[in-house]
Amino acid sequence: MEFIMAILAGILFTTGVYNLLQKQLLRIIIGTGLISHGAHLFILTMGELKRGAPPVLSEGIEQYTDPLPQALILTSIVISFGVTSLLLVLAYRASKINGTDNMEQLRGNDYE
Amino acid sequence: MSNLAVLPILLPLLAGIFAAFIHKKTTVVRTVSKMLAVINLLVVGFVFIKVKEQGSIVLEVGGWDAPFGIVLVGDLLSMTLVLTTNIIAVASVFFAPQSLSEKEESYYFYSFFFLLITGVSGAFLTGDLFNLFVFFEVLLMASYGLIVLGNGKVQLRESIKYVLINLFSSMLFVTTIAFLYSVVGTVNMAQIAVRVQEVEQQGILTTIAILLFFVFATKAAVFPLYYWLPRPYISPNPVVSALFGALLTKVGIYSILRTFTLMFNQQVELTHTLFIYLAALTMIFGVIGALSTHNIKLIVAYNIIPAVGFMLMGIGIFTEVSISGTIYYLVHDMIIKGVLFLLAGAIAYVAGTSDLRKMGGLIHHYPVLGWLMFLASLVLAGIPPFSGFIGKLQLIRGGVGEEQVMIIIVALISSLLILFSMIRIFIRGFWGEKTDIPFPERKRRGNLMALPAAALLTLSVLLGVGAEWFFPTIESISQYLMDPEIYIDSVLKE
Repeated sequence: MEFIMAILAGILFTTGVYNLLQKQLLRIIIGTGLISHGAHLFILTMGELKRGAPPVLSEGIEQYTDPLPQALILTSIVISFGVTSLLLVLAYRASKINGTDNMEQLRGNDYE
Repeated sequence: MSNLAVLPILLPLLAGIFAAFIHKKTTVVRTVSKMLAVINLLVVGFVFIKVKEQGSIVLEVGGWDAPFGIVLVGDLLSMTLVLTTNIIAVASVFFAPQSLSEKEESYYFYSFFFLLITGVSGAFLTGDLFNLFVFFEVLLMASYGLIVLGNGKVQLRESIKYVLINLFSSMLFVTTIAFLYSVVGTVNMAQIAVRVQEVEQQGILTTIAILLFFVFATKAAVFPLYYWLPRPYISPNPVVSALFGALLTKVGIYSILRTFTLMFNQQVELTHTLFIYLAALTMIFGVIGALSTHNIKLIVAYNIIPAVGFMLMGIGIFTEVSISGTIYYLVHDMIIKGVLFLLAGAIAYVAGTSDLRKMGGLIHHYPVLGWLMFLASLVLAGIPPFSGFIGKLQLIRGGVGEEQVMIIIVALISSLLILFSMIRIFIRGFWGEKTDIPFPERKRRGNLMALPAAALLTLSVLLGVGAEWFFPTIESISQYLMDPEIYIDSVLKE
C-alpha cells in the first residue's frame, strides 16, 4: 500500500512540476495545487499506513494508528487551501490590471 | 517551565486582531499601534533580561510533555533575535504614517504588520520543526497581505512571483518533514537531534539535510536561489520593504543556523563545505547585482544577498569564533537593512524618482538624509569601528583559524565592492550642483521619515562602538550553539 501511495505522490509531483513550468498563470496555480496534494499524501504514507485502528493511544489499546501524520496533514491542508485561494484572487487581479496572464509578458524589465 | 516564552508571540497576535477591528479609524489605529508596538518591545526586553539572567525558558504548550507536544524554547539566541525584530518593528511603525497613504493604512496595514511580527517571533522561538513550518506560513501570509498593499501594476506582477516561490518551497518543507519523520519518528527538534545520532544509515540523513537546506536557502536567498528576491522586495511601500529586508531572509538564516548546529552536525565535511562554496558565490553574485543597477532601492535590495553570504560563511566554517561572527552579523544586518530601506524610501520620496541618473545635488536641501545615508553605507560595508566590522572580523578570524583562504579573499573583496555600490548612492544622488529643490512640499515629510532611520542607525553605531559590552552575550550564545547537549537537556530534561 505504501508503495502505491509513494508512486501516486511521485506522479502528482511530476505533473505539478510540469504545470509549474507553463506560461499560463492558471496552469501554474493548478501545478502548485497538485504539488501540495503530493506532499500531503506523502506525509500520510511516511507515518505508515494502517487500517482498522483508531488514532489514539490510551491504556488497554494495543492496536493504534500513528495520530501525528494526521495532525500534520490537516494543518498543511488548511494552509495550502488558504494560500491557493489567495493566489487565485491575486492572479485574477494581476492579470486584469496588467492585461495578460502570460508569464512571459509579466517578466518585468522596466526597472532600468 | 514558564509562560513568559509565549508572550512575544501572543502580544502581537492580539494586537493584530485588535487593529483589524478599528482599521477604518486611521488616526486611532495609528496611535494605538505605536503604543502597542512599544509595549511589546518593553515586554520582550523584560523576557530577554530574564532569559539572560536565568537561562533558557522552555514552555510545553498545552501541558503536553516535551517530545509529544509543541515546545517553545526561549533561549538567548532566540530572544536576542526577537528583541532585534521588535526594535525594527517600533522604528517601522513610526515610519509608516509618513510613507503610507491614509487609504493604505486603513486597508489593514497595522494588522498585517503585527501578524508579520507574530510569525517572525514564533519562527525564532519554536522548538518543533513542523511548528516552524506553521510560523513560516503565518509570516508569509502576513507578507502576502503587505506586498500587495497599494494594488499597483508592478506590485501585483511581482507579488505573484513572490507568492509562488514561497509556496513551492513551503511544499518542499512539508515533504522534507515527512522524510525526516519516517526516518526518526519525531518532529521535536531536540529529539531529532538525539535520534539522528542513532540512525545507522547516515546517507539518507545527509539527503534530508540538503533538502532542508534547499528549503531554508530559498527563504534566505542563497546562491543560486536568490533570483526571486530583489524585485518583489522593492515593489511595495518603503516601510514594507524595510520589514521584509530586515526580517524575512534572516528567518531563513536563523533556521539554517539552528538546524545545522543542533541536528545535522555529523557530516560537517560535506554539508558545511558546501555552505562555504555557496557563501562565496552568494557574495559575488549579490555584489555584481548591486553594482549593475542605477535604482537606489534595487541597490539596497541586492545588498541583502552578500550579507546572507557572510552569515552562511560563518555557519560553513563552523567554529565557535565564526559562529559568534554569524550571530553578531545577523543582529547587525537586521538593524542596518532596516535603516537602509527606510532611507532609500525617504530619498526616493523626496527626489520623486529612484533612478540615480535623474538625481543630484540633494545634499543642499536634505543634509540630514545625505549624511545618514553616508554613515549607513560605512556601517554596512564594515568600516571600523562600526558594527559590520566586528562581525566580519570574527568571521575572518574563524576562517583564518580553519585555513579557509578562498572564502576570506572573496569576503574582503566583496566588502570593498559593497562599499563602492553604496557610496555611489551618495555620490550620484547627493553630490552635484545646487539645483532647485524637487517637490518642495515633500520637505517636511522627508525629514520626518529620516527620524526613525536615525534612531535605528544610532543603535547600529552603538552596537559597533560598544562591542565590548555586547560581545560577551554573543560569545556565550555561540558556545551554547556549539554544544547541542545543553539545548537537548533543557527541552527533554533527561
